[in-house]
Formats: sequence, C-alpha cells, structure tokens
Amino acid sequence: MALNLNPNFSEAGKRYFNAYSPGDDFYEMLINTHRDLSDEQSELLNARLILLLANHIGDIGTLREALNVAREGV
Amino acid sequence: MLTTYNYPKFEYRTPPEIASGKTLKVPVVVVGAGPVGLGAALDLEQQGVPVLLLDEDDTVSIGSRGVCYAKRALEILDRYGVGDAVCSKGVSWNVGRTFFREQEVYNFNLVPEPDHHRPGMVNLQQYYLEEYLATRAASRPDIDLRWKNKVVSVAQTGKTVTLKVETGDGVYTVETDWLIAADGARSPIRRMLGLDIEGKIFMDRFLIADVVMKADFPAERWFWFDPPFHPGQSVLLHKQADSVFRIDFQLGWDADPEEAKKPENVLPRIKAMLGDEREFELEWVSVYTFQCRRMGSFNHGRVLFVGDAAHQVSPFGARGANSGLQDADNLGWKLKLVMDGKAPEKLLDSYSEERIFAADENLVNSTRSTDFITPKSKVSRTFRNAVLGLAKDHAFGRALVNSGRLSVPAFLTTSSLNTPDCAGDTFAGRMLPGAPMDDAPVLDNGDESWLLSKLGHQFFALYFTDDPGALDAATVAALSDLSVGGIAVQPLVISRKPGTVGGGIRHLEDPRGIAAQRYDAQLGTVYLLRPDQHVAARWRNLDAQKIKAAVAKATCNA
Repeated sequence: MALNLNPNFSEAGKRYFNAYSPGDDFYEMLINTHRDLSDEQSELLNARLILLLANHIGDIGTLREALNVAREGV
Repeated sequence: MLTTYNYPKFEYRTPPEIASGKTLKVPVVVVGAGPVGLGAALDLEQQGVPVLLLDEDDTVSIGSRGVCYAKRALEILDRYGVGDAVCSKGVSWNVGRTFFREQEVYNFNLVPEPDHHRPGMVNLQQYYLEEYLATRAASRPDIDLRWKNKVVSVAQTGKTVTLKVETGDGVYTVETDWLIAADGARSPIRRMLGLDIEGKIFMDRFLIADVVMKADFPAERWFWFDPPFHPGQSVLLHKQADSVFRIDFQLGWDADPEEAKKPENVLPRIKAMLGDEREFELEWVSVYTFQCRRMGSFNHGRVLFVGDAAHQVSPFGARGANSGLQDADNLGWKLKLVMDGKAPEKLLDSYSEERIFAADENLVNSTRSTDFITPKSKVSRTFRNAVLGLAKDHAFGRALVNSGRLSVPAFLTTSSLNTPDCAGDTFAGRMLPGAPMDDAPVLDNGDESWLLSKLGHQFFALYFTDDPGALDAATVAALSDLSVGGIAVQPLVISRKPGTVGGGIRHLEDPRGIAAQRYDAQLGTVYLLRPDQHVAARWRNLDAQKIKAAVAKATCNA
C-alpha cells in the first residue's frame, strides 16, 4: 500500500459541500485534543497518537515511507 | 490621507414631522444604511413595500473595511441592481501565493468554474459598495432614506415599535409594525432593547494599511506566515480597485495600537515587505481587534436583527458583509409574506433559525482560520508549521493550510422549510432541498442570459423538459394553475430544445444542458425554488398538489 499524500479525510455518513471541510474538521479535533496540556503532556499525547495510528496502518512498507517523508522535512 | 476616493456627502433634509409634530406611521423601518441595511431596504422595496431607512451619518463607510465580495453576495447584489457596478469596479483575482518564512510554499489558481455569471469573488473597497447601494436606494421612490437621523430610543408594545429619532432640527416619533436593525456590531438598537450577544473577543490586533502602488503589481492574494520582515506574525496582501492594495499585519495582543499606527512605524514594515525600490503611497492606516459572537435569536417580536448587529466573525474568509447580505435576502421575502398576512409570524422564526445555522458555520470556519493563523500554544504552532512544511511537496498538506476559507452560502439542509425528496426519487449532485441554487447559462427568447437572473422574489417551479412544444395540455394546465392562489408559484419551463410553451408560460432554453446537469434533471423533473434562490423541494414528476404542500411547508402554512 503506497503512502497516500492526497487529501483523504472524510467521515462516514457526513456530506461535505466544501473540499476543505473534512480536513479542517480533523485539524480542529487535533488541536482541541491538546487543549490545556503542558508542552510535555502534548509531546506524550503526540507519541501515543503516532503509535496508535501506526498500529492501525500496520503495513510496514507504508510506515517506512511515511517515516522517510516526515524525516526529510526536518 | 485618502487620495483615490472622495467621500460623498449625502444631503440631510429636515423631516416634515419636525414642523408638523405628527408621529410618522410606517410599515417597516430599517436602521443603518450600511451594505446590509441598504440591501434589506432594496429587497423590500422591490417587493412593493415602502421602507423608511434611517442612518445617523451622511456618508459611506470610512477607511479600509470590507474588501472581498463573494459569488453569492454578488448574485444577491444583482437582484438589488448593483451587481454590474460592483463587478466592473471590483478586482477579480485567481492566483493566491502562500509564503512560509523566506519561501513561497505553494500557489493556487482559482480558475472559476465556467458557465457561472459571477466569479468566486471580487475585491472592492466597502465605500464603493455602499455608494452604489445608496445611490440605487436614493433612486427608488418607495425608499425614504434619511441621513443624519439617529434613533435615540426604541420601545416595543404589542405589534408596534416606537422610535424616537434625533436630527439637527429636533426629535420626532416613528411608529412602525416592523423594525430591521442593521446598525452594526455595536448595535445601539440591541443595546437599547437590553438584548445580549454572546461570544468572545480574540486576543490579537491587526494593522490595516491601504497603499497605492506606483508601479504594476499583480492582482494576486499573498499570504505570509512568519515572514522575515514581520517575524512570528502573519501578513496578507490583497489588491482592491484604483491600484489600492490592502495589507493586514498581525500585531499580537501586546502591541500598542497608537504606536503601531504611526507612519514612522508603518512605513518601514511595508518597505521591508515590498522591497525598498518599490514606490507607494500610504492611504489609510488603522488597528482593529475583532470578536466572534452572535445573538441567541435574530428576531425579537417585531424587531429583526441583520448583519453585524446579529453576528460578528473574524475577518478571515470575508464572512461579514457577505453573510449580512444573505440575511437581508433570507428575511425580505418572509417579512413580505407575513406583512401581507399570507404567512404566520412563525415564518420569521425560520429567518432566525436558518441564519443562525449559517452564522454558526461562518463562526466555525473563521475561528478555524484564526486558530491556524494565530496558534494559541506551542504544540499548535508546531502542527501549523509542520503543515506549512508538508504543503510545499504534498497535496494533503496544501489542503490543510488555512489562511481563510472564503465565504460560501450555507446549505440549509436541516431547515424546517424544506420538503425532503420523495422515497424513490433519487438525485445526484448538490442541489438538494435547502441548497443555494447554482447558476447556469440559458437563452431567453434567443438572448444569452443566466438562470439566476430569471428567478427570485417569488416562488418558482422550474420544470425541465426536452421539447417545450411537446408538453401535453394537462402539464401546461397544471403548471399554469400554480400561479393562482394565495402564494403564487411562477412556472418556468427550461428545455434543451428551442420552442415555445402554451398557456403563456415563461420558458428558458438550456442549449448545452448545463442547467439540467447541475440540477441532475430528467424529463419532467421539477424544482420548487424559494424567493431567495434556495431549493425548497424537488420531484421527478410534476404533481401540483405536492408543490402546493411544499409551498405551504416553506411558508409555515402547513
């Protein structure tokens, strides 16, 4: 499974009238999840989140690709 | 300071009630001759309602305020008679560039979808829009437009609203059945009635500068995150009419607005941004903060709130004046039906419900933009910068960059005025009940025109067919019959082929089938369209009883 780098957010049963809405929905949720956390807590949350999502994706090839893309820009 | 625009000074005339001492009795008063109040007055006047329009000032909006008018607002302004003036003076832009620190991260080209009359947006200084609307309103005999007439008290008893109006020559009294408050964010009417508006002030300040460029500069939107000439903040550059460019510098909450406004502080910022060699002249500088809030209800008895008086959003996305004009558009036809006794006052609750739905959508979108542009925490800034970094190479990152989501009309899909699709009627596309209508090119008697320009201010039944001459007598009779009754529905046949329809029914041609495609129409598909150009209901087959029931639902007569 190749890493999908195109916009890919959606929610089952929800109809969108603007292409940006599902991505904005996610981004708002992401930032809200961090609300009122210390920097250290936020770092921990991010680590937990990466592990959860990585396990969900599962495919090591896809994860390797994502890790490389992430690392390239840092 | 302003050199490109001369503010008109509208004439104050002594109201006759000052000398006569009589109370002026009118069916409806609009307070506030900004874009929204003027729009509301023109909307009602076009429906035959005489309007008293009061404004405490005698000119247009001063300085740099609203900039961007989006497609839906332009379509409404078409119906108010100023769409051409706004579009020909305004500046269209398609290219947007986004910068992060030193680099351009990406650019986009918003090539407008073909076959719409109006573009996605035009940029125009607010004073021009107001001047066009005020000139139009002044030319309408049924609009009594009174400048330098300030409402100093308002009281509501039963079905009457009583106003005291102050002028340079004294005070007079107005009694009206309906009051539309379009008196802006600080709404004195709202305050005098003791009504609340809830929300929050954003802890940020923005410096607005209007500059006239001496040389050519592209008509593009440039947005900088954390640029070297203004570190840690954002900057937006937009072109307006007369080669006046609008620049918004984010200042942060701690900035001293008086200091920031001084030319010796403003000019170096702009020079650093444009490069030293570029010549420009400063026309306007101001500092603003903004609030995100709305009233719990937009109607209070006989008082109806529109525009900033009812709701305020952050400026990102141009959702202020654009949504205010949609308030006027939503309210006008409903108020007219109620005034005529053709719909119960409950219909005005739907004005509040539908426009609160839209206001909340605007609040969500503009708040999201603000939070992206102005991260509130370290982790939020890290994510923001990660998005900007990924945007350079990856499409998903670009989709997440949020420097403002331009005003689009709300799809009122949850409105109680809608009639849901019948079981078995399936439709593709987005013209579902509650949707704002899509435009399409049409031929009217062989002349090129636009679908939206043929509709509005009353209910329409848009009937799709192939050959208009081939309609059977029963269909023609059923369509004709719709225009009879308490709330008339104007039948309008739209066909792929040219021809004429019997029974004097109006007809449009859709030679390329674009309207049929946008509305996913088949032979015999019929749409019931509201006076404000939202879809009320649709069917695969014409059934006059169903149309009448849907009209009743859309007017709270069910």
